[in-house]
Amino acid sequence: MEPLIQHEGVVVPLDRSNIDTDALLPKQYLKSLEARGFGGFLLDNERYLDPGELDTPLATRRENPDCILNVPPYRHASVVLAQANFGCGSSREHAVWALRDFGVRVLLAPSFGDIFYNNCFGNGLLPIRLEQAVVDHLFAQCWHSPGLRASVDVARRELVVGDTRLVFELDPGRQQNLLQGLDDIGQTLALAPAIRAYEAERKLSEPWVFR
Amino acid sequence: MNAQTLYDKLWHSHHVADLADGASLLYIDLHLLHEVTSPQGFSNLRRADRKPWRSGSIMATPDHNVPTTGRESSVTKFSDPLARKQVEALTDNCADFKVPLFPLGDLRQGIVHIIGPEQGLTLPGMTVVCGDSHTATNGALATLAYGVGSSEVEHVLATQTLRSRKLKNLAVEVTGTLGPGVSAKDLALHVIGVIGTAGGLGHALEYRGSTIAALSMEARMTLCNMSVEAGARTGLIAYDATTEAYVHGRPYAPVGAMWERATTYWATLHSDPDARFDRQVDVAAAEVAPCVTWGTSPEMVTAIDGHIPLLESAASESQRNGWRRALAYMGLEAGQPVAGTPLDKVFIGSCTNARIEDLRQAASVLRGRHVHSRIKQALVVPGSGLVKQQAEREGLDKLFLAAGFEWRAPGCSMCLGMNPDRLQPGERCASTSNRNFEGRQGLGGRTHLMSPAMAAAAAIAGALVDVRSM
Repeated sequence: MEPLIQHEGVVVPLDRSNIDTDALLPKQYLKSLEARGFGGFLLDNERYLDPGELDTPLATRRENPDCILNVPPYRHASVVLAQANFGCGSSREHAVWALRDFGVRVLLAPSFGDIFYNNCFGNGLLPIRLEQAVVDHLFAQCWHSPGLRASVDVARRELVVGDTRLVFELDPGRQQNLLQGLDDIGQTLALAPAIRAYEAERKLSEPWVFR
Repeated sequence: MNAQTLYDKLWHSHHVADLADGASLLYIDLHLLHEVTSPQGFSNLRRADRKPWRSGSIMATPDHNVPTTGRESSVTKFSDPLARKQVEALTDNCADFKVPLFPLGDLRQGIVHIIGPEQGLTLPGMTVVCGDSHTATNGALATLAYGVGSSEVEHVLATQTLRSRKLKNLAVEVTGTLGPGVSAKDLALHVIGVIGTAGGLGHALEYRGSTIAALSMEARMTLCNMSVEAGARTGLIAYDATTEAYVHGRPYAPVGAMWERATTYWATLHSDPDARFDRQVDVAAAEVAPCVTWGTSPEMVTAIDGHIPLLESAASESQRNGWRRALAYMGLEAGQPVAGTPLDKVFIGSCTNARIEDLRQAASVLRGRHVHSRIKQALVVPGSGLVKQQAEREGLDKLFLAAGFEWRAPGCSMCLGMNPDRLQPGERCASTSNRNFEGRQGLGGRTHLMSPAMAAAAAIAGALVDVRSM
């Protein structure tokens, strides 16, 4: 996974609550066996005027000019600003892959769906929970200055957007993983002896669990 | 030891190690797999030259994209080559890594969250995960069960554990008796209406109280299933005599002396009387009416005799905008009564409501009646091969067919429309599934969530209707 140390990019404002993972990446794209190549399908239902499938060439599709992702400064946005419960619903990590493949590295919202929030860190994306008042102020700045940019420093846990500068919360473990681009499995396997010891105890106390 | 909630107990009994940053390593007992969220995990295992830590902890089955017709012969006819490829990949991966599989054509194949409990794979006291957000269904059996993404699927395959952070405890205390025509689905929708789709974020949700104690196991599964629509990754219910009677005799359940040992332990799987919850929500069962959703989030819900709210009553500008967008999408007006809204399709199925009791409830409403001429398609999709077989033994298939429903083979079907069962743009559907998101059942499709009995009543009326009036 690609490390995230410092990031700077255009903020795309998506001013809605409960943007679900079905909206971020519709079902038909879940038929892929790969974990890459979903960027063109992010927010597919509102991004295009015609329906698409996994094998529909993107160049043949009609873009919806009303979708903010099709408007010039936002075509290359890498920071998403949204309202509460962003990424709720289906556990599909494909939604995170679509954001990542589009180029998104940072997400700002009052809250995130629990599964989505976890999925972000496995892919080098940083979701930042902010107070509602801060989010409202960031939206106001976005409307006032289209194409507004944000910068994030993961080591210092610092976010700067326009006149807003703040230190956000981030678990130290997740922070390290982002900074070093580490994936969890290798680290967990270093604890294999502890897992085996636990298993041995459970096999005695709850043998029926082990088929 | 301090008084603990059921969630606390399950957390502690699966705790392997503390991690540096306050997270913990939790042991996973049962891993359910399906064709859509597992291929990337298997590919990565192969790439890293890793193997599943414990293949016996896994059960796989295809459900999300399988066709529900053309399944009569031994080889399923797929109209979608991509879906076929994905199901074949699951079969190949299971063979390569020696993972147990209920394939298409096996009576035990079905929706993962239905077959786990049905087979006795899901046992009280376990941790259960699956690359699917409705894994909380399994929490009805006093398990800690939750949905994970594909990276976590891979993590569990490789290590049998998950890096986890402890959730807060939220008690949903339901007391009294549910009225006639009111089911667990209505209770679930009612609770979501009360706490909102973000209300359970960061919490494990325990359903408790006299109403819950009186629910059947299958009704409890419906309730726990919808926890994620209230924002909670997991929902759970204490072990009791109902749980014990349900698990007893299931194919993978322990037997003999092992059963005695297991039930002795399982009897401890409840919150201690003085356990502390971070939050509590009280619900009076008598106040729960048959519910239908009117919008594009499960929290946009009302009693069937209620109205769509006026925009003025929104709590915030953001909510008002959400309602406005939802009403435009749904083709409805603020303030209008929901009853009487005409429908195009009816779907009875999904991990929420495709167990035998659900089918019986729908059938009891349909008996001697026929689907309204306005309804273009009415589907019943049983949750597993065994549910289908049981329904056929009871003659329910004939009853559904006589009423004008189609009787299909098991799978997720029109709940998410990954297979050919979909809504067309603008079509309005009474659905027993769990999500009414924009495009969920098909691009431009309009979903109204409700119970099986309400969906059956809607099929007869050709419109949203109060099942209590029929």
